[in-house]
Amino acid sequence: MTALLELEGLTKAYPGVVANDDVSFAIARGGVHALLGENGAGKSTLVKTIYGLVKPDRGRMRLDGYPFAPTEPREARAAGVAMVFQHFSLFDALSVAENVALGMETPPPIRDLARRIRAVSEEYGLPLDPARRVGDLSAGERQRVEIVRCLLQEPRLLIMDEPTSVLTPQEVGILFATLRQLSAQGTSILYISHKLEEIRALCDAATILRGGRVVGGCDPRETSAAELAERMVGAKLSAPKAGGGAPGDTLLRVEALSLPPLSQFGMPLREVSFELRAGEVLGIGGVAGNGQDELLAALSGERLATPGSVVFEGADVSRLGPVARRRAGLLTGPEERLGHAAAPDMTLTENAALTGAARKGMLRRGFLDWGRARDFADEVIARFDVRTPGAGVAARSLSGGNLQKFVIGREVLQEPRVLVVNQPTWGVDAAAAGAIRQALLDLAAGGAGVIVVSQDLDELLEISDRFAALNAGRLGTPVPTAELTMERVGLMLGGAHDMEATHA
Amino acid sequence: MDLSAISPTLLVASLMVAATPILLAALGEMVVEKAGVLNLGVEGMMIMGAVTGFVAAIETGSPWAGFLAAAIGGAAMALLFGLLTQVLLSNQVATGLALTLFGLGLSALIGQGYVGIKATSLGRIDLGALSDLPFVGRVVFGHDPIVYLSLLLVLGVWAFLRFTRAGLILRAVGESHDAAHALGYHVRRVRMLAIAFGGACAGLGGAYLSLVRVPQWTEGMTAGAGWIALAIVVFASWRAERVLVGAYLFGGITVLQLNLQTAGARVPVELLSAAPYLVTILVLVLISVRAGRGGAAPADLARPFHAST
Repeated sequence: MTALLELEGLTKAYPGVVANDDVSFAIARGGVHALLGENGAGKSTLVKTIYGLVKPDRGRMRLDGYPFAPTEPREARAAGVAMVFQHFSLFDALSVAENVALGMETPPPIRDLARRIRAVSEEYGLPLDPARRVGDLSAGERQRVEIVRCLLQEPRLLIMDEPTSVLTPQEVGILFATLRQLSAQGTSILYISHKLEEIRALCDAATILRGGRVVGGCDPRETSAAELAERMVGAKLSAPKAGGGAPGDTLLRVEALSLPPLSQFGMPLREVSFELRAGEVLGIGGVAGNGQDELLAALSGERLATPGSVVFEGADVSRLGPVARRRAGLLTGPEERLGHAAAPDMTLTENAALTGAARKGMLRRGFLDWGRARDFADEVIARFDVRTPGAGVAARSLSGGNLQKFVIGREVLQEPRVLVVNQPTWGVDAAAAGAIRQALLDLAAGGAGVIVVSQDLDELLEISDRFAALNAGRLGTPVPTAELTMERVGLMLGGAHDMEATHA
Repeated sequence: MDLSAISPTLLVASLMVAATPILLAALGEMVVEKAGVLNLGVEGMMIMGAVTGFVAAIETGSPWAGFLAAAIGGAAMALLFGLLTQVLLSNQVATGLALTLFGLGLSALIGQGYVGIKATSLGRIDLGALSDLPFVGRVVFGHDPIVYLSLLLVLGVWAFLRFTRAGLILRAVGESHDAAHALGYHVRRVRMLAIAFGGACAGLGGAYLSLVRVPQWTEGMTAGAGWIALAIVVFASWRAERVLVGAYLFGGITVLQLNLQTAGARVPVELLSAAPYLVTILVLVLISVRAGRGGAAPADLARPFHAST
């Protein structure tokens, strides 16, 4: 096989950081090439360079043997490069067809385009209705929109940035079948992911980036996941260990909790019931938009529920607000780091005081004791290895993984009786994710109850004692994790049955 | 009270005239907001259009030159706003408010020598026999060209946003500037063009006040019309055809309360004068209750865009 795209000594520096340092590798024609690396390893900058969104300081690219230096995405698309983004590339209020048209150079009239979308989506087993509003689609369907948008351009190189992070196992299977079909037809694929098992199943070559440099290439089919992870991080990783021990008394009981949706695109909660016992980690899985945000809001007290539906340590807390619930020991960590879990422009000290004031004794007759707040912030930083110049910097300036360690650490160190977290390791690199999971397990081992809401099934199976799936606002019956297989989990998540048929 | 003194024909004909300035300004602002920019300086751009249009019409003797100058004047003000908010990334709300204050002051300065002069008015389009038809003749065929131009603009904007690729890109930029940027669209350029169009429309609306409706120059003559235009965009849930309904509804109430005053209604004059504003507030409240949170507003409205990576 000859190379389709060759990169030679690509270098891109931003003030204070070299994102790509002398990066060179080649992607084979019809090959599926993996790009591996932790957060901040320079993967995004590299693909943006290929897609014409970033101009490299030095280095060259050759496409099909000819020099290739796109100055904007339009040129890259014209040369046959298409990209499926991790996020930020769909428009909620527009229809599927309009979204597709926006990604094309010279789209046909909407009616012809709708016909072509149907044709292509059937050919690749990705059913889509061109007239639907994208805001109403599930995460898997949204991704299909992006893929179909790329396929309509008949690309020679398809770049996929973290495509499976929001998909059910069945949807991942469909995606892989599509990608293999494309590769067999001669399309090259550049595949970026954190999930090493997926890369081993799909890709035939890999390049590993660390700190902006290429640290090596390998054949992922012949390399173990552990070895790949070590080369990515540059150090040995240890899997989180559970403390063990039998679950204790019931700490939190939720009974027939129903709530209307938060927003236009939200999902109502329908008769959600479960119990959480001391020393237990309950994992709640589900594809994004199935009621996770609503469930978290109902548990944290951001939204009040009907009396008797949320009972914490024997007391009805369903009509209490977040502050009162915190004081009682029911703590929550929402998904969105910037703007929900932390106030972006406030310092870490201020953010520590925002949730920790009552439980860490920072209040004195209504006045805040800033000294204690700073001590608490410093404690979180030290205990959770948050990389920051100090507690005085704005939350916004921390990288995603570091801020996540901070907001989780802030709740864990308040010694909650029950901690509810949503997507605790979303977009966080392997080392930080391991530390966060270990902290949650330690908390449970110490006698607290932990609820982890996540879309990362591997994570849930790894750390939770029982697993339940949230689907269309309904929570299934929790099942002990030890009895579960991936296939069973996929069926529990539901909503994927109709798609299997189209691919058979 | 003598209600028979109110002629429905004249009422409808004059409400169209009363509504045209607001219609033009609101239509322009709607396009700006569709592109994701909140320009609260409509009032300032209108009054600048009113004064530049009036001065140009007096100096050249041609009302058409006046309207052209008004469009340019309004667009120049808007581009100042665009420079500040899109390039220098200043706060849109604060900048818009400043633009209104600046426009009111600057227009008073420019218009100092022109107070009390009367401009040559724009003639009505004479369609002969058609204009003599009862009711229809006066209402449909008896207006000046700008009224028709404003109606054509409504149709044009509606079709532009709905059917053209450029319109789709403009909506996309307003919905998610990050996604539009990632796909390679020029967010800042699209927004600047929309801002300039909005300014030109506001300028035309202002000139319609000073050249047709009044037709004179007085300081602060827009008297809040720009604010009403902003409210109408929300009322219309960002749709061109509803902007037309909203503007004519507001114009209708304005004209009706004037008629009621002359007919001697036993309601305090102050309350009647306030009626259009009260109705606007009421309608806005009703709409936001019905639409719930967010509603139909462009998702990235008033959020600053900076292409960082």
